[in-house]
Amino acid sequence: MLTAASKTTLTRRIIACLDCRDGRVVKGVQFVDLIDAGDPAALASRHAQEGADEIVLLDITATHEGRATLLDTVQRTARSLFVPFTVGGGIRTAGDAAAVFDAGADKVSVNSAALANPRLIASIGNSFGAQAVIVAIDARRSAHASDPVGNAHVFTHGGRKDTGRSVMEWAQEAESLGAGEILLTSMDSDGTRAGFDCELTAAVSSAVRIPVIASGGAGKVEHFAEVFGSGKADAALAASIFHFGISSARSLKEELIQYGIPVRLPC
Amino acid sequence: MNEEKDSSRAIPVTVIDYKAGNLTSVVKALRHLGAEVTVTDVPEALATAERIVLPGVGHFAATRRLDETGLTRAILSAISIGVPFLGICVGMQWLLTGSTEAPDQPGLGYFQGKCDRFPEDSRNAENEKVPHVGWNRIVPRSDPPTRLFHGVDDNEFVYFTHSYRVPTTLHVRDETGSLENPTAAITNYIQPFAAAVEHENVFGVQFHPEKSGTTGLKILNNFLEFKTC
Repeated sequence: MLTAASKTTLTRRIIACLDCRDGRVVKGVQFVDLIDAGDPAALASRHAQEGADEIVLLDITATHEGRATLLDTVQRTARSLFVPFTVGGGIRTAGDAAAVFDAGADKVSVNSAALANPRLIASIGNSFGAQAVIVAIDARRSAHASDPVGNAHVFTHGGRKDTGRSVMEWAQEAESLGAGEILLTSMDSDGTRAGFDCELTAAVSSAVRIPVIASGGAGKVEHFAEVFGSGKADAALAASIFHFGISSARSLKEELIQYGIPVRLPC
Repeated sequence: MNEEKDSSRAIPVTVIDYKAGNLTSVVKALRHLGAEVTVTDVPEALATAERIVLPGVGHFAATRRLDETGLTRAILSAISIGVPFLGICVGMQWLLTGSTEAPDQPGLGYFQGKCDRFPEDSRNAENEKVPHVGWNRIVPRSDPPTRLFHGVDDNEFVYFTHSYRVPTTLHVRDETGSLENPTAAITNYIQPFAAAVEHENVFGVQFHPEKSGTTGLKILNNFLEFKTC
């Protein structure tokens, strides 16, 4: 006999982010007992084992030589990874995306290239499916506007350059162009460890029907509970949180259960 | 096509490429489990296939290519002689008579029923997002037990990403002519839907076992170990 699950149990996702340069993790979660703590393949598989729902590898390499290294890194990382794997950074064309998918990524994240050429979103989506395209938005509140959140602007160049574009409008446009998810980074909160920008996240999450991944500002477990609650985030990106006395995604999730947040505990 | 092989167990599996998304992850997971994977886009290759996997992400209309290339007929004939078949995501949906996503494109019609889109109207009381993306629980059928979920506990989590769903009211005619419901596992999102189907040598999963951690690998392994009686 079939027993229908009593209610919706779609869980909130915790996504581990690895920033890579020239094939090495330069920021992100470290494990003291790993022999090579800078190896993205070792770190990604460790995160997956410890309960991360997805892995994001963000390439911050600027050089051409580095791009070839990236494909090799993606391939090595994907080899024994059996959770969704996103690669972002420097993907400017559908061809760049195809190479990353070939190397074993399940999704790509596009940012400034999609702003410059919004058709990129559809062109990747048409070949690999909308679920494979994450549009990353770096956002700042407009402090002097009457509605700083509603009028938040899209930034590029690590949050230094204001594009003048509205975050809400760009998120909706990205959705209509076929984005599968939005990765929203609050440049105001990023690096502060003072919590996610829940108001901004909630505003974007309510403006679109696709999932929104919150990023920027995580410092403790409560921040995740807040962004999944009032922030209406579908997923949250975690990197430095693990430096603050939380040893793994599993322990973060165990604490989130205490807050009533539905999460997946790995078996 | 890629001929990399793992000879430790060497269960031959033919993965069908019909240009609907990325096959890398499925092939990688099958090889990890010791399968000897061949990727093909021609019907002739199915004549000798010992096990068939039909992946698929994206739009139901992409399955038109299966008809155009003759793969549909080759799959049907492989299924009829007992070759184990696993459809993943759109590959599972295709086993039905069709989908409202592409009303003009018929499915295989192995199972009687149609896919439809998750509701975004009043039936979606919690105003949950469509698509359904992320890790959700599966409740496998316990009586009779399913072969696909052998060793998988109630309420383990798997990874989904889809906007169209398979109803839990499917049916298929068994050898005696009576109607059977092939639903093998249910997941609840907005409303209950079929997360998996199985009937004789035909299996389908809406979720992505290749992206569902150890639970997903267990399910794929069960498919690799399934033997037609």
